[in-house]
Amino acid sequence: MRSRFGRVMILLGAAAVISVFWLTVLPTAGQQAPPARQSAPFPPYKAPRLNGHPDLNGLWQAFVTANIDLQDHEAQSGPHPEVLGAYGGWPAGQSIVEGGEIPYKPEALAKKRQNLLNRTKVDVSNDKTWHDLGDPEFKCYMPGLPRATYMPFPFQIVQGTSPYILMAYEFATATRTIRMDWKGEAPTDTWMGWSRGRWEGETLVVDVTGQREESWFDRAGDYHSDALHVVERFTPASPYHMIYEATIEDPKVFTRPWKISFPLYRRMERNVQALEYKCVPWTEELLYGKFKKPS
Amino acid sequence: MSDRWLTSMFIAAAMIAVVPSALTNAQTGASGSSKPPEAAQAQTPKAPAKAPAAKAATGKAWTPIKTPWGDPDLQGVWNDATSTPMQRPNGSTTDVLDDAESATQFEEKLAYDLSRDRRDGGPEVDVNRAYNEHWMDARRLKITSDRRTSLIVDPADGRIPPTVPLTPERQKIRAERAAAADRFNAGMPDVATELSLPVRCIIRTDSPPYLPTIYNNNFQIFQSPGYVVIAPEMIHSARIIPMDGRPHLGKTLLQWLGDTRGHWEGTTLVLETTNFRTDDGVAYQGANPATYKITERFTRVAADSINYEFTITDPATWTKPWTAVIPWTKVDPGEQMYEYMCHEDNFDIVHLLTGARTREKNGEGKR
Repeated sequence: MRSRFGRVMILLGAAAVISVFWLTVLPTAGQQAPPARQSAPFPPYKAPRLNGHPDLNGLWQAFVTANIDLQDHEAQSGPHPEVLGAYGGWPAGQSIVEGGEIPYKPEALAKKRQNLLNRTKVDVSNDKTWHDLGDPEFKCYMPGLPRATYMPFPFQIVQGTSPYILMAYEFATATRTIRMDWKGEAPTDTWMGWSRGRWEGETLVVDVTGQREESWFDRAGDYHSDALHVVERFTPASPYHMIYEATIEDPKVFTRPWKISFPLYRRMERNVQALEYKCVPWTEELLYGKFKKPS
Repeated sequence: MSDRWLTSMFIAAAMIAVVPSALTNAQTGASGSSKPPEAAQAQTPKAPAKAPAAKAATGKAWTPIKTPWGDPDLQGVWNDATSTPMQRPNGSTTDVLDDAESATQFEEKLAYDLSRDRRDGGPEVDVNRAYNEHWMDARRLKITSDRRTSLIVDPADGRIPPTVPLTPERQKIRAERAAAADRFNAGMPDVATELSLPVRCIIRTDSPPYLPTIYNNNFQIFQSPGYVVIAPEMIHSARIIPMDGRPHLGKTLLQWLGDTRGHWEGTTLVLETTNFRTDDGVAYQGANPATYKITERFTRVAADSINYEFTITDPATWTKPWTAVIPWTKVDPGEQMYEYMCHEDNFDIVHLLTGARTREKNGEGKR
């Protein structure tokens, strides 16, 4: 809020007569780069307890547009506006990446740009090149982490007294089990990865490895390799909010670890429940239409 | 279940069965249950026909454990594999095999029929069996511990009741389904959407009733205050069941897996599921989703055993309701349930369709 106010004032100031008066009421304007965007600060909060730990049970949802693009993005039509009109439009959004930019290695940035160009292309005619084209979301694949958290769908956290916490995502009915205080490594790569959790005071910390390298972070083609390592932090901020943070590390693709953060909101509607979103049937003509019997 | 179906299930999926894990589980045994007492392994010589497994554990009575919020505790990974068939073999009037010898004979006969490591067929049979025991759940070769000859306990003959006359509309749907199945079995499917829901990776064993199959017979139960969640291994869906008495979804909000509400009757978890989509194949054995109703009851009868009973009612399909009981066995906490993905690498669906197109090009009507 303050930086927006500042920028508005700078514009006003540039257009108006610069005076000692204006400079005195704009103590920081023009003196430094805009600060990195951060989630709104919340006062300290102690969540209700379940079995001695913060109780994260509930239906949660992000309201950022990061699934379109983790970084700053303009409003856009989406694919095929000639068919979909304004139904297919995607809203603008601000970066949720700390510092604004994802620190790609130069060659990796080129691959990301290629992904963007190919995001709505598919070719499943060859098992070996099956995953080469197209955003996995476009094909209704399980989204992986952290993308599952900021897709525009709710997810349910089921926390009981067993050493497992379930996160069940509405999109593609994807699920992942968080193994608490688990020592073992991922036995194999999977779409939702291998999640190991631990409590750090008010925060559920989840270490995710073993993700399939084919998943993407967003529709803009942001991607990773098989070396992806994600550390997530879920911190209750009020009865109705959690702060979600994820540190993303992949030395094959990025020059350094980077971080995203945004709030998760508790869905509060009376009797609200996660519903089914089985999108496979909507991809069958797209994926397999070319192999059907000619009419 | 045809071999083709099973083969497709395999190829379509990166099958990751529950396997003994070499991992170190720091919290083994901390999941609200402990190693089963010896008595729980004992078998009842004779059990009543209705819900017999309820008395499977003799000796020391099982004292149900509860969650901190007071619900019966069913948390853990459970396996429902058994070789006991859904329906009693035709002509048999025995519901429970009293003596150990006939039980062993019955089990061995079933295991022989289920085995894929035999070499007593022709080359084509052998190829179909190439997907062999290595992939299978060994638990599926054992009959239920109460030595029943069918999973169905009601009607008393252990068989699904006769069907009622179908409406012309449903006859038409069934005929279309049968024609599509014939094309599939002949290796000549026309289009992806005519394949079965499991082959299309839309529903597998995650739709009630939960029935034993050749592998991935695992179900993880999670509980939190006000909810029970059943996560079937195949296909990675979570059945999130509100226990707070709220009404079902509105009548026009239908789902592939329906909409489930639960409540406790004593220590028994009772689930009622409605709101199934009307697609063919959603309801068991082609029943009519609009009139189909399923009630499931889960009773933990021992530390390592849940009695899973379900009753199916569909007056548009069967002359009367029928009930089956399947024992669920607790999977050792050292074992894990892994992600079962399906659609993401559904190579098989392309192979099936391209195979059919190639056969057409070569002038082959049938394989």
